[in-house]
Amino acid sequence: MTSLTLNKITSQRGIPVGEAAKKIADLGWNPSYVQEAAVHPSDYKINKEPRDPMKQVLRSYFPMEEEKDNRVYGALDAALRGDMFRNVEPRWVEWMKLFLAIIPFPEISAARSMAMVARLAPGEELRTGFTMQMVDEFRHSTIQMNLKKWYMENYIDPAGFDITEEAFGKCYATTIGRQFGEGFITGDTMTAACMYLTVVAETAFTNTLFVAMPSEAARNGDYALPTVFLSVQSDESRHIGNGHSLLMAALKEPENHLLLERDLRYSFWQNHAIVDAAIGTFIEYGTTNRDKEKESYAEMWHRWIFEDYYRTYMLPLEKYGIKVHHDDVQTAWKRITEKMYVHNTAQFFAVGWPVNFWRIEAQTEKDFEWFEHKYPGWYAKFGDFWKWYAKLSTPGQKVVTFNEDVGYVYPHRCWSCLVPCLVREDIVTDYIDGELHTFAHEIDRWTAVEAFADEYQGRPTPAMGKFGGKREWETLYDGWDLADAIKDLNFVRQDGKTLIPQPHMRFDDKDMWTLDDVRGHTLASPLKMIRGMSEQERETHLAEYRAGFTINPCN
Amino acid sequence: MGVLSSSVGSGAAGAAKFSDSDSRKYRYFDPKGKRQSHYEDVTVDVQPDPERYLIQDWIINFANGKGAYEKDATAARSSNWHAFRAPDEEWERTHYQRQSKIVTMVQSVISNARANNLPEGYDGVWRKILQKHLGAWKHAEFGLGTSLMRAQRFGYTQMINNATLTNSSYKLRLSQDITLFLAEVGMGLDGWNDELGKETWLNDPIWQGTREAIESIMGAEDYLEQYFASNIIFEPMVAELIRSGFFMRVAAANGDPITPPVISAAEADFERNLANTIDLMYTLINDPQHGNANKALFSEWAKKHGALANKAALGLQPIWSEPHTKPVSFDDVRAQSHERVKHILGELGIGDVLNGII
Repeated sequence: MTSLTLNKITSQRGIPVGEAAKKIADLGWNPSYVQEAAVHPSDYKINKEPRDPMKQVLRSYFPMEEEKDNRVYGALDAALRGDMFRNVEPRWVEWMKLFLAIIPFPEISAARSMAMVARLAPGEELRTGFTMQMVDEFRHSTIQMNLKKWYMENYIDPAGFDITEEAFGKCYATTIGRQFGEGFITGDTMTAACMYLTVVAETAFTNTLFVAMPSEAARNGDYALPTVFLSVQSDESRHIGNGHSLLMAALKEPENHLLLERDLRYSFWQNHAIVDAAIGTFIEYGTTNRDKEKESYAEMWHRWIFEDYYRTYMLPLEKYGIKVHHDDVQTAWKRITEKMYVHNTAQFFAVGWPVNFWRIEAQTEKDFEWFEHKYPGWYAKFGDFWKWYAKLSTPGQKVVTFNEDVGYVYPHRCWSCLVPCLVREDIVTDYIDGELHTFAHEIDRWTAVEAFADEYQGRPTPAMGKFGGKREWETLYDGWDLADAIKDLNFVRQDGKTLIPQPHMRFDDKDMWTLDDVRGHTLASPLKMIRGMSEQERETHLAEYRAGFTINPCN
Repeated sequence: MGVLSSSVGSGAAGAAKFSDSDSRKYRYFDPKGKRQSHYEDVTVDVQPDPERYLIQDWIINFANGKGAYEKDATAARSSNWHAFRAPDEEWERTHYQRQSKIVTMVQSVISNARANNLPEGYDGVWRKILQKHLGAWKHAEFGLGTSLMRAQRFGYTQMINNATLTNSSYKLRLSQDITLFLAEVGMGLDGWNDELGKETWLNDPIWQGTREAIESIMGAEDYLEQYFASNIIFEPMVAELIRSGFFMRVAAANGDPITPPVISAAEADFERNLANTIDLMYTLINDPQHGNANKALFSEWAKKHGALANKAALGLQPIWSEPHTKPVSFDDVRAQSHERVKHILGELGIGDVLNGII
């Protein structure tokens, strides 16, 4: 005899999910009285109706997300009850001031971009998927703002968190994140909202953003970031599905293939340049955990980006007739390993510490050993620099940024990805509208000069975006005294003199740098400088730049 | 293991006293009230503005040279776009809590009604009304939802865009609620035709005025016009008229106790969205520099969409004659609807702008 259960007694035949999704997809219609307002243009033509692979409806979506939220907020409460912050590493949380200043803007930009992309393809089915992504991104943006507020309320040094969105608009480092976020919402809709956002950023790089980073957070006593970001990541599969479905629809039209090749190339390279610079630095330099058994950022990159994304997602696009730039992937891999891209970036952020809004402390002998183990040759290149950094971390020393004894040469800024030209030998220059610009790599030059242009390989591309604004941050403060620039940035604590950024984790006023400690140094724009050179001078300068610099021994 | 990277062996608040060690509030915006709200903390300034902190300006532009967000995305003008705060103060957590509660309630109502065979007790004519007219109405809600989804791309601040986004989410949820409600209620009923609603929406003369009004909102290029027309005009003049003035009031008398609770959530949604919209429009219409221009602009929008909504409402009149039992008359609910829209417009100081139209 079968036993009766409450489920059996109350069970009711409902509408199957596939049928529900089909009925919901039928809510749309082709307007006949007034045509729908144009959103944003695209040079792509999409005639095939994309399918929604997720087939989810809002009645199941909202309770699912509420449940996810309940877990997140419950975990945050538990973390406080468990006195998490007593055991959290400030070296880690300080980088969250930068990361969480940036990330809510790209997230909400993704929500906005759903409005753009929803009408790009015919049919209503995928629109439901885009609708849910829009609400997801609203979730991500505000849940991340909430996490940041929570850090501000509970972490030992709230300065920097307390000016977060102001700092986002002003800092030389957050400008890199703005390039990322603005890329989702401007220019050709397909380029921005499908290729750059979903096909590359979400499908490939959210793994390093939202999976690798949480692991490192946990190793540093921070259980909040994993709780929030793994919950965020659990929404990404829907977004990846949206992007793939639209990409498949676009592939059907051979005339899109050239643009797909361009956009895949631009998106991959720029995601690499931006995300690897930032997340690589947070993971490798924000940690105190030097377990040699754990994967380095490079090893994780190889697993997620190279093996998972490149081999199983990007490479198969070739069979649809899309040219895949295999060399770019190899070049990115070499930059991360042989050319020490992440380490050069961390060094640059450290040199720039007085104009940060977070603290960076020196790496120590224990760190050196791990770095050398994971990145052979690291010590010879960076060991002395970090010793200098430690030595110059007390007020009264000449700030590392301007200290000639160190031997560091301030870099040019890449006009394309906005990360500086840190792999010195790869710097290239070119002209746009008659003006000279510097680029971190040939592919960055290609991006700015050839991809973001009115035509691509002879094909008119009137919808493509344009780089604009005051892209080189250093131009804004060219000729300014460092102390005045920091004051203008408002990166000063409320006593009117102590800097928000500090080159150490000593939580004592007597150890903290003030405006007076950094006064007397003049900021300069490398771009303005190189533009002012004669052709001969410029060639000499670039040859010296490509040769690199040597950090002097620090005893 | 102790904390390695802290001079005081801890990363916790209060472990040391130094400059700004007690700075535990965001200090880059002025709260609307005495103290900053949680909603403000997670919302304000996430969308940057070159006139506030974005010192490098927008760094990627559209082909026409315009940046990511521009003030001229609407014809309305403001001396301070950042002043607006949504009265419903929604952020992700409150949004999911509310939406989840509603879909759970709706599913529970449907499930319990089906378990007790309530749909079988529907009056025969009422069944047809649900298939045709409630089935048609779901498309109107969907149209508003997609139009607001578009609008949330263009607002000049995060506060405006997030309020528009949640409004879109509410409308899209309702359109799906109705779709699945009709599908499930009809599962046990012979001859139920789920597709009659769309057919009615597209071709029945009764609905063509409503479709035209909705398509006019969907077709408006100005995002603020879309927001204004949706909540200030269409909702009170047409949506409330048919939702609460017909489905909620007439259903029970025709043997249907299920439709009113399903639809009731929409009225509660609207109250919140209306409060948000009125607050924003009120701010703009009382702007010290641009108030008069905005007043004239909103009056034009009100007249344009008011005429369309009026035509839509009149077109729907025959529906009130269709049920066997007619507990309310079209004229009565329409009179209430006129009072309502005049009251809403009155809040904005343009209460008589529809004189001659309604």
